Amino acid sequence: MSLLTTTDHLIAEESTVACPERAFELVYQRPQTLVDTNMHYCPGCAHSLMHKLIMEVVDELGIQETTVGVAPVGCSVFAYDYMDIDMQQAPHGRACAVATGIKRLMPDHYVFTYQGDGDLAAIGIAETLHAINRGENILIVFMNNAVYGMTSGQMAPTTLMGMKTTTSPGGRTVSYHGSPIKMAELIAPLDGAVYVTRQSVYNANAVRKTKKALLNAFKFQQQHQGTSFIEIIGNCPSNWRMTPLEANKFIEEEMLKTYPLGDIKTPGALSVK
Amino acid sequence: MNEVKLMKGNEAMAEAAIRAGCDAYFGYPITPQSEVLEYLAREMPKHNRVVMQAESELASINMVYGAAGAGFRTMTSSSSPGISLMLEGISYMAGAEVPCLIVNVNRAGPGLGTIQPGQGDYFQATKGGGHGDYRLIVLAPNSVQEMADFVYLGFDLAEKYRNPVMILSDGAIGQMMEKVQFPDYTIPLADKSWATTGKPTSRKRNYITSLHIQPEKMEEHNHHLEEKFNRMRNEEVRYEEVNTEDADYLLVSYGLTARICQKAMDLAREKGMKVGLFRPITLFPFPYQRLKELAGNMKMMMSVELNSGQMVEDVRLATEGKVPVTFYGRMGGMIPTPEEIVQQLENRIYVTTNNN
Repeated sequence: MSLLTTTDHLIAEESTVACPERAFELVYQRPQTLVDTNMHYCPGCAHSLMHKLIMEVVDELGIQETTVGVAPVGCSVFAYDYMDIDMQQAPHGRACAVATGIKRLMPDHYVFTYQGDGDLAAIGIAETLHAINRGENILIVFMNNAVYGMTSGQMAPTTLMGMKTTTSPGGRTVSYHGSPIKMAELIAPLDGAVYVTRQSVYNANAVRKTKKALLNAFKFQQQHQGTSFIEIIGNCPSNWRMTPLEANKFIEEEMLKTYPLGDIKTPGALSVK
Repeated sequence: MNEVKLMKGNEAMAEAAIRAGCDAYFGYPITPQSEVLEYLAREMPKHNRVVMQAESELASINMVYGAAGAGFRTMTSSSSPGISLMLEGISYMAGAEVPCLIVNVNRAGPGLGTIQPGQGDYFQATKGGGHGDYRLIVLAPNSVQEMADFVYLGFDLAEKYRNPVMILSDGAIGQMMEKVQFPDYTIPLADKSWATTGKPTSRKRNYITSLHIQPEKMEEHNHHLEEKFNRMRNEEVRYEEVNTEDADYLLVSYGLTARICQKAMDLAREKGMKVGLFRPITLFPFPYQRLKELAGNMKMMMSVELNSGQMVEDVRLATEGKVPVTFYGRMGGMIPTPEEIVQQLENRIYVTTNNN
């Protein structure tokens, strides 16, 4: 299969030598709607994994023809280079307004935004809150890695207390910068929010749960239930000055203290922690 | 169908939008144009169209971006401070080649200014306004009838060029009541194969973006846009001229002040002064060529505006120093009378004659 990577090919060859009677069985492949190209993301970055998961869900639901995505300003501005669906790139922070325009004109299409913490929680918080308050029947994927990635490591509204960034060189303090904003908890009480969950992709189990959350969100959208909001605790190895493994460990040991994982609101059941 | 109605400019514009097949309107209240949103909030649902009051002009223009990007006929309207907020989105749409119709019912500024009419947004409307190299086709109505007519024209031109079009009106034209007739109209066929309607297997994915991170690609895109703006310059210039055949003096004015200048011209002619009127209808593309041709026949031109002198710079560019170009303006929402304009013209004739 041309879909196998170079390494997979070598491993497959070895196994062929060891067990010549075994035929190849395709157990895993790139989603059809994930464009077969190199990504610009840094090694270990959560964006590439999240792109893959969203496209897996689009594949499994067979909704490529009826899905439109909105890319933000930030590292994931090039999402349309990787997702083989129609997409619009929104001005910084305005993804939810752009998505509203698309969805209101095509109410039976699936529309999602993919936004970072600067885009959604800083410059775009008004558009985000109002789209959710209207109960726009869209999915908002909120990538929270506590830092501005593309502009190389400035403080975000979600930066952890004490965390050093290029614009909080002494570390974030309550007295000077205020506390990290917890978007999922903030928006959950809004009537328009139907499904609010915080997930991550720092290990295999978290990845499985995130995919389940994505499937839920698209299902709720199909049922015209309202806004789904999936906050993903991501990483930024480059700007955190960590290796990918250290970054994932940092998520588990530090990020999750401020941003605990789990469902915050499911249809008919609000449980703000 | 073609009965004569008595309507406010803003309402005529809104009604024309429905008749022009506008699929969606997104707006935010601001005086002196809130009637557009109110009218459409009442009427659009009857036609199964989308109308929404957004949380801000930032949101309005980006909802327009989304809906228009999906290939729908979409418009918004606002007044000066609101248009300033929309400039980011307008720049993105021009860059991403998304057609839409934007109406600015110009009020006096700067800042919060006043709710009375103004023409202080001429530079903003005609020279780009937002960041980067782009232009809008800018249509300047001088009557309630043109408020309606330019909605149809505006949508057609937007789709023809895949570029935002602006109707630059003002608080007086928006608020005044006049008779208006709505023409029979059929939407021209426009290529919407670029729209984000969902990707079938039969075509490549469509994406709408103004981002071209490689300088070579960005410049290529800039050249493509410039070629389009040049096509507008060649094909879309519109203007009206009255009594220019024998005129010694030419009043140059657009929108509301052009109407007042028409009366001033009549008064001046009664006094024996040979005065003509030139009214640019497209402020971009500006009728440079025609003004240049007229320059040779005139002793003086006077640009009359509701600002401190903006269009007059284009009149000077057009006439290339061949004729003295003077200016008279009122600001702050104040509107000149025809008599005042004649008086100012006489003063300038006196000065320029004595200087020569």
